[in-house]
Amino acid sequence: MSRAINMLDKRLHTNLAGIYMNTPVLTASGTFGFGEEFAEFVDLSRLGGVMVKGTTLKPRRGNEGVRITETPMGMLNCIGLENPGVEVFLQETLPRIANYNMNVIVNISGSTVEEYGILAEMLDVPGVAAIELNVSCPNVKEGGIVFGTDPKAAEAVVKEAKAHTKKPVILKLSPNVTDIVTMAKAVEYAGADIISLINTLLGMEINIHTQKPTLGNVTGGLSGPCVKPVALRMVYQVAKAVNVPLIGMGGISCAEDAIEFLLAGASAVAVGTANFNDPAVTMKICDGINDYLAQRHLESVQDIIGAAL
Amino acid sequence: MPKVAVDGEIIDQHELAKDVWRMEVEAREIAREAEPGQFVQLQIPGGAFTLRRPVGIAEVSLQKGTVAFIYRVVGKGTKALSRLTAGTVINVLGPLGHGFSCKAKRPLLVGGGMGLSPLLFYAEHAKGKADVLMGGRCERELFWQEIYKPHVQEVFCTTDDGSCGTKGFTTTLLPELLQKGDYDLVIACGPEIMMQGISKIAHEYQIPCQVSLEKRMGCGLGACLSCSIDTTSGQRRKVCKDGPVFWAEEVFDLA
Repeated sequence: MSRAINMLDKRLHTNLAGIYMNTPVLTASGTFGFGEEFAEFVDLSRLGGVMVKGTTLKPRRGNEGVRITETPMGMLNCIGLENPGVEVFLQETLPRIANYNMNVIVNISGSTVEEYGILAEMLDVPGVAAIELNVSCPNVKEGGIVFGTDPKAAEAVVKEAKAHTKKPVILKLSPNVTDIVTMAKAVEYAGADIISLINTLLGMEINIHTQKPTLGNVTGGLSGPCVKPVALRMVYQVAKAVNVPLIGMGGISCAEDAIEFLLAGASAVAVGTANFNDPAVTMKICDGINDYLAQRHLESVQDIIGAAL
Repeated sequence: MPKVAVDGEIIDQHELAKDVWRMEVEAREIAREAEPGQFVQLQIPGGAFTLRRPVGIAEVSLQKGTVAFIYRVVGKGTKALSRLTAGTVINVLGPLGHGFSCKAKRPLLVGGGMGLSPLLFYAEHAKGKADVLMGGRCERELFWQEIYKPHVQEVFCTTDDGSCGTKGFTTTLLPELLQKGDYDLVIACGPEIMMQGISKIAHEYQIPCQVSLEKRMGCGLGACLSCSIDTTSGQRRKVCKDGPVFWAEEVFDLA
């Protein structure tokens, strides 16, 4: 099955900083577990990669109270990086998901610059395709957001990770900044191999019956179709300003959305919230991009990347 | 237990009581695989809703290849679901999670409010072996009696106002039933406070007890961790994947 799909997807083959991908369609961290949860609906090897659930040095139990709420054309979440910790990931999860033949991209969060280095080194093992630095989780109190909003801090995190791994290093940018281009230039200068963007937008909801915030953590990260125009604008701006490849994400829920991001200069895209509504949506997006290229007699997805710039 | 996401035609939808609806959908694969206590995630047609809605499976017909859901309209999503008419196609993801133990010889089902919906599937499946104890605020909320009668030996009722059955809560009547009866399993579904009380009483009478938890969910597949809970062993569990059914002692401190 893999081979047949490989041939059908010939136009979609992508190489991102040395990571070979069958398609430029990945899944965004926190929305797709470790991939295995979706194995009944998706050919995981057909994805460009699975950015697995955010991993930290020590286990985290995440936030108390309500963690998810639907909003107009989107949703807010405040999971708070619940995960079993990097050791359990290495000993239990990674061996278990090795059989799926997918690019495993490990999203990591540190509470200090040094922790990013420790995590990067621990994850420099076979079976890990790349590391994604999460410097923009809006739902944890320490670390995260500071590294994501201060160019100097983001630079330090990238340098620390690069010094401790031979794997490609992806930095995930936060949209919760005044000027995303400044952040992108800083992390490119620091040596990031790939930039992914955007993480969720900080938001909140108030329950008018209880007169209290809905979410246990008061604020949460907004995602889904409602953020797509913001994400697309940011990808477009960053693509004009840097040379490293971009993985665009933010509200992508169909092939047309994905194509917009590719035209805006993303070399690949990641799908997040849309997986909740349709667990097989990534496969439909791959098919749709393929059809779009075929209709235009284009041989490769490379032919449309950045075409709108 | 294979899960599928299938487009199924709504073959019937009607209001059973104020704001409580029953929707029956053709979904043969799900009907074949479903076990009592499992649930599905319904996609609301039209694309206006980002998340699916988790709903317990209330009835299954293998002959018709249908699954039925009984749900209360509580917000915009369930309102939109209730407006769908027969003939509309809806995408159903399931069956999801783990169901109740079906090995009991003489189960007692204890339900409050919409908790009676997934218990109905159990009652049907138990083919006359079960009794049901149902609680509501008033007689009007216990429209379930007629629905349950063909499937169980006895229906016991409690109401807050005493308008039907024993005045009080399900926990008021449960000790008496466990004292007299020959039950080997208690299965509870309803408000968490009720399930906690039921669990404690079952524990006192040394009868195994299972509860079905309700939490806000995102994916329903164990990926997003929206529905994580603490268990008494200190382990984190996901209601959607490890549950929604748990042994009472896994989730409630019964000591």
